[in-house]
Amino acid sequence: MTESLNVTVDRRDGLAVIYTEGYINNQGGEEIAKASYKLLDEGYKVLLLNLAGTKIVNSIGISILIEIIEKMIEIDGKLGFCCLTPTIDKTFQIMGLAQYAPIFPDETEAVAKMRPNA
Amino acid sequence: MAGDAVLREVTLALPMVPEMEIEASKTATAVAESMKMSPDRIDEVRMAVVEACINAIEHSHAHEREVRVTFEVLGEKDPEKLRITVRDTGIGFVPEAMGEPRIEDKLKSQRKRGWGLKIIRGLMDEVEIHSGAEGTTVVMSKLR
Repeated sequence: MTESLNVTVDRRDGLAVIYTEGYINNQGGEEIAKASYKLLDEGYKVLLLNLAGTKIVNSIGISILIEIIEKMIEIDGKLGFCCLTPTIDKTFQIMGLAQYAPIFPDETEAVAKMRPNA
Repeated sequence: MAGDAVLREVTLALPMVPEMEIEASKTATAVAESMKMSPDRIDEVRMAVVEACINAIEHSHAHEREVRVTFEVLGEKDPEKLRITVRDTGIGFVPEAMGEPRIEDKLKSQRKRGWGLKIIRGLMDEVEIHSGAEGTTVVMSKLR
């Protein structure tokens, strides 16, 4: 019954994209946090979470995403989201996440707008 | 105005174990699809069910480690509305005493959680919460 989350990372010039595949619950959120903090340690300050492979999230998982947003604010970095399902997008809007982490419809636009000096 | 006759009904008795909310969400999907709800609305129902079940697992402190989830398809002749009732037999809470979570506060707080009811209210058309010493019942509905 376990719904695991797979996380893959694409390191690019000045920005890293984190791709998720599966359910973002507490374990899924922790996997994303682990990948994010590793990228911060490597010097990346701009992260894009591409959620195209995630069709369901829960509020515990999103709470961990809020921790990552808090961390990004602390270090003057940027976290953005792209490729959300309409329901995940609506949920993030309900919670107000978009005020602190921009949401983009697709990865191309997100990378263009988030890349340092864009 | 949706009719209130119950056309179909499914009840799950789910053990309070990790990820049992996914089982409830699968049933929500099947029932909502059977009434030809749009995919986006089904997704919203699914997420609301997940949140209601997680609240029961995490916060009810129920001795009877079980959540009952009832899905009712309502209408006069054709399906018009999906009503979902999530019940636990836990310690209950005072819904009015729950503060409205705000992202600006959560970003500064140690406790980032506490979003479940806000998400449920945002995704469903109608939500009622009845809570007391015998447990909590969340009744939420969405028109087809």
